[in-house]
Amino acid sequence: MLRRTAYALLVLALAGTATACGRSAPDPEAAATARGPITVWLSNNAQEVAWGEKMIAAWNKSHPGEHVKAQQIPAGKTSEEAISASIIAGTSACLVFNTAPASVPTFEKQNGLVPLSEFPDGDAYIQERGGALTDQYRSPDGKFYQLPWKSNPVMILYNKKIFEKAGLDPEHPRLATYDQFLETSRTLVRSGAAKAAIWPAPSSEFFQSWFDFYPAFAAESGGRQLVEDGKPQFDSPAGRRAAAFWRTLYAEKLAPQELYPGDALNDGKAAMATVGPWAVSAYKDSVDIGVVPVPTSTGKPPEDTYSFGDEKSAAMFSACRNRATAWDLLKFATSAQQDGEFLDETGQMPMREDLTARYPAFFTKNPLYKTFARQAERIVEVPNVPGSVDIWQAFRDAWTKSVVFGDESTDTALRKASDKITKLLDEYGDPA
Amino acid sequence: MTNLSPTAAGPVGGRPARKGAATRHGRARSRAGALFVSPYVLFLLVVFAVPLAYTLWISVHRFYFTAPGTHVDSPWVGLSNYRDVFTDPVVGRAFLNIGVFLVINVPLTVLLSLVLAAALNAKIRFRAFFRAAYYLPYITASVALVAVWQFLFGTDGFVNNVLGSHAPDPSWLVNSHLAMPMIALFVTWKQLGFFVMLYLAALQNVGRELYEAASVDGAGRVRQFFSVTVPGVRPATTLVVIYAIITGANLFSEPYLLTGGGGPDHASTSPVLLMYQKGIEQGHPDFAAALGVVLVGFVLVISLAARKLTERGN
Repeated sequence: MLRRTAYALLVLALAGTATACGRSAPDPEAAATARGPITVWLSNNAQEVAWGEKMIAAWNKSHPGEHVKAQQIPAGKTSEEAISASIIAGTSACLVFNTAPASVPTFEKQNGLVPLSEFPDGDAYIQERGGALTDQYRSPDGKFYQLPWKSNPVMILYNKKIFEKAGLDPEHPRLATYDQFLETSRTLVRSGAAKAAIWPAPSSEFFQSWFDFYPAFAAESGGRQLVEDGKPQFDSPAGRRAAAFWRTLYAEKLAPQELYPGDALNDGKAAMATVGPWAVSAYKDSVDIGVVPVPTSTGKPPEDTYSFGDEKSAAMFSACRNRATAWDLLKFATSAQQDGEFLDETGQMPMREDLTARYPAFFTKNPLYKTFARQAERIVEVPNVPGSVDIWQAFRDAWTKSVVFGDESTDTALRKASDKITKLLDEYGDPA
Repeated sequence: MTNLSPTAAGPVGGRPARKGAATRHGRARSRAGALFVSPYVLFLLVVFAVPLAYTLWISVHRFYFTAPGTHVDSPWVGLSNYRDVFTDPVVGRAFLNIGVFLVINVPLTVLLSLVLAAALNAKIRFRAFFRAAYYLPYITASVALVAVWQFLFGTDGFVNNVLGSHAPDPSWLVNSHLAMPMIALFVTWKQLGFFVMLYLAALQNVGRELYEAASVDGAGRVRQFFSVTVPGVRPATTLVVIYAIITGANLFSEPYLLTGGGGPDHASTSPVLLMYQKGIEQGHPDFAAALGVVLVGFVLVISLAARKLTERGN
């Protein structure tokens, strides 16, 4: 009797485990035209959540048969890890309004994304909304697996009070050329006004280069991506100048080599930061901020200066069973009216051409955002290539070794990283 | 005189009946044992054996995680993933880092925990307080302790302020020569309380009469420690060494939190952290699985060698 009970318990437990691990997927053809309730994930940014809840309330009011539920992306070290885990488990939401373009190739490889180009009006809608900038977001097979949703063009934010304390003119800071930026940084630190001139994360996570090297490289190179036409672009005079500039900041201890456990600009430890427009509302009660373009060696005028866009896309995931509803909601959420409300609520830039002309009232009321809106017209995105994360990790490893810690010359490090990334691109191009 | 007659032992004819009853009793006990053991067997199967077998399978295939319902080929690649592991310089660095960690952590753990246990075993004032104080870091979350260490050893931390111009540059946690030793010291301090408890338990089995005999022979405190205490707790030392090696080789939280993900420039990367970065962040579970198998082998070899060494002369 006891033995039978033990066997029964064992079988039950194994069956339970097997059921729990069992995974199923919707039929793509049936799902493409199916309508019904769906779930969407939003980032955990308070302003985005507020916009998302209002947008979904408006949708639910006019679509009672296609109820939408909003949730924040499950907690994880990064949103991308949480999304990746949900793809594997088959539990991802229909739509995620915070998909990083760098992770799109990985999600594609996992068969986790629905190609938006396969909706009858897919390509036309995306291109009409985003204009010429959307081409950067096409995958190598020519399809859109993401809708470029909003950008956060990276610029230099500075604390006016710290500049004033250091005896610098806070309304006309000298930050346009590398020489000016370095001289201003020296004054800021040596006067004791701030512990650091600028304090980006010096750690080795693959995405950290988006906030130090990449904006500088985009500006210096006139809008080049890290990889173009299957070849790395950064082992070039522009890349070498950008790396040498950052090396000087670290070598002279104007930028610390240690990760700041918090927000250095907000805490008054750093006088400047490389961030997007989301920071304007985040700092409005704590820091009197000014904004200027990313510096270049020759001090290019703002209207010629490119930067990293820090774009986030909206994407549809393969676990979605009611994809027709999801596609309609995606268009609703990115309509001109909802984009205006998003801009108003968050200060982040919808990926639309001619933002300032389309939403003049907002930019008249919020002049600081106008600078970001103009920058949004000249942004560079991470390259949409297979192995994107590996490529950025290889670059970051070279960066921390040479630029942050000076264990190797920056020119040598860039050359080695370029060779390594060329090999990675070859391997991903020919996985056999 | 002891009576060994059949009468005293019981009738011979009664034996089969008693044997049958004993057998039935034994079977019942065996079934009850099986019932009690089955949850743990199940636990081992689900949490250890099946994942280990799956890891071995993944490590010899080209594999990545995909959405459910999608068919993706996972071709057999033989030892290709292992070749990638052994030729990756970061993997070599990670194992070297673990070597540095173990060389510092294991002897220090044994030495400090044994000395402290011997001290806390003696009748000293505030003994209960000290026992609790040493145990506290072990039961405190790593995240909280890491924040304390960052406050102490950060560039502008307490220690550097005391050292002034003698402070290392780059600072402790971002210095490629000091990052791993700092992690080893952190882990030693954090886990000391647990190992002190193990030794305290072992010390209860060392007879007082041995110390008295040694004392009669003229042995002082130090001599008693080396001649009585150390041999008396040798089995506990084997346990401490093997446990410290296993936990040390599986290091993850400390380089992840204390040195910002294995920095600077992989100077504090550990194999498990690398498995996480390769398998989860970069989407190469096949490489991570091969690295995991290599790590299991590494831990087995080191643990067996340590066991031989600590039990030598027993």
